[in-house]
Amino acid sequence: MTEEIIIAGFGGQGVLSMGKIMAYSGVMQDMEVSWMPSYGPEMRGGTANVIVILSDERISSPIIRKFDTAIILNQQSMDKFEDTVKPGGILIYDSNGITRHPERGDIAIYRIDAAEEASKMKMQKVFNMIVLGGFMKVKSILKMDNVVKGLKKSLPERYHNLIPMNEEAIKRGMEIVMKVN
Amino acid sequence: MEKELKLMKGNEAIAEAAIRYGADGYFGYPITPQSEILEYLMEADPEKSTGMVVLQAESEVAAINMVYGGAACGKKVMTSSSSPGISLKQEGITYIAGAELPCLIVNVVRGGPGLGTIQPAQSDYFQAVKGGGHGDYHLIVLAPASVQEMADFVGLGFDLAFKYRNPAMILSDGAIGQMMEKVELMPYQKRSEDLPSWATTGKPETRERNIITSLDLDPNAQEKFNQKLIQKYREIEEKETRYEEFQTEDADFIFVAYGTSARICQKAVQLAREEGIKVGLLRPVTLFPFPKRRLNQLADKVKVMMAVEMSAGQMVEDVMLSVNGKTKVCHYGRMGGMIPTPDEVVENLKQIIKGE
Repeated sequence: MTEEIIIAGFGGQGVLSMGKIMAYSGVMQDMEVSWMPSYGPEMRGGTANVIVILSDERISSPIIRKFDTAIILNQQSMDKFEDTVKPGGILIYDSNGITRHPERGDIAIYRIDAAEEASKMKMQKVFNMIVLGGFMKVKSILKMDNVVKGLKKSLPERYHNLIPMNEEAIKRGMEIVMKVN
Repeated sequence: MEKELKLMKGNEAIAEAAIRYGADGYFGYPITPQSEILEYLMEADPEKSTGMVVLQAESEVAAINMVYGGAACGKKVMTSSSSPGISLKQEGITYIAGAELPCLIVNVVRGGPGLGTIQPAQSDYFQAVKGGGHGDYHLIVLAPASVQEMADFVGLGFDLAFKYRNPAMILSDGAIGQMMEKVELMPYQKRSEDLPSWATTGKPETRERNIITSLDLDPNAQEKFNQKLIQKYREIEEKETRYEEFQTEDADFIFVAYGTSARICQKAVQLAREEGIKVGLLRPVTLFPFPKRRLNQLADKVKVMMAVEMSAGQMVEDVMLSVNGKTKVCHYGRMGGMIPTPDEVVENLKQIIKGE
């Protein structure tokens, strides 16, 4: 099993840290992982993306242009990455700020209104964990207890008291993700 | 005991490995995409734990000369930078090579020439392998292809540098520097108090004065020294050549690639084999010494060798010299911070096969 994922959105949405938590969760499940961020001026321009690969085998190229799953959090990223999903793959997006919704018929499209939900729950900071919950529901690769272990590994100890809040956000994300097509 | 597995960026792995190996000093100056090495070391503040000195110099030139000084005292010292910064260090590097001093230099390569881009490239191959600075000298050049090797090659680089009294370089790139992977770290080692016999530590009455210099005004003596250096490089070629092969046993075609390109080619090998094209990969782990002999052997049985590099074609010249006309050698590469995809590499190989 190899899952090749792109996560893309604005800087500040927690794109890179969401990828990191996924990668750490993979490590907790004894998987091979790679986390390859965009860096430099691309990020300073406001968009951030990261390629995460989770696999049972040694990962060859960490840099790829076709993905099993795309998690898309703004319009620029939709324009850039909708076409990079492999036929039969999955696209998960937050409709907040999306002016042109995805149209492909050869992939499964899921919508998760995570930004709206985060503000309803007054938990804007765990927006990305709501999205992660959506992914975990759609693709049963990462197990909840391993994600919690991954959170413990990737968060500094002084933030460990926030882990239950993150867990709650993930569970909420699992509930609100919906299939569009 | 459970293995100490961490998820780290390549740059962070280098920094952590340097502390654990027991390095005595790091002198650097920030530049993307390798600034995390300096940042990580600054935050770790190893002077408090192992006594390792970490210093941000006022420039790259200052940093390499601090390395020169530290190395002359027999200390395990290192520096890191990215392409434009490494160009600035070249004067110091040739002096260190000329003075036969061990040290570790890390180049996390970005696109060039000039300031170029900050994205990954492999266009500093000539500079790393053929000299870079003036005079007849070589660095020992290690090419990591994973975060694990970024960590492992710190120790290997220092060991080889001290064994041969020669500067060693880790030639990496922005992709491996920035990406995170699992890495298994070595346990902390104490910094060694023993200094080599040649170190300038103050002259006791029990021995002659130790002199560290790269200057000899007598051309006869200088030529003898040059011959000694060449002998050392031959010995390094004989004993320290390292490479990895992937599905070369039955291969009709071979990719030759190092670092990030080798990872891409490994995927390309899988894709091509799914289409029935028998292709393998030879990954040089040391770029100097280059796996000439093995390539020459493989040339007897393969139709084409394709060097895949993120450059206009630099290592391909060493592949050609290695096979010495025995088989066809070609090159595929992207430049300026662009990274080839496995599909692109396979497509290019197919074009070459069609032309055969």
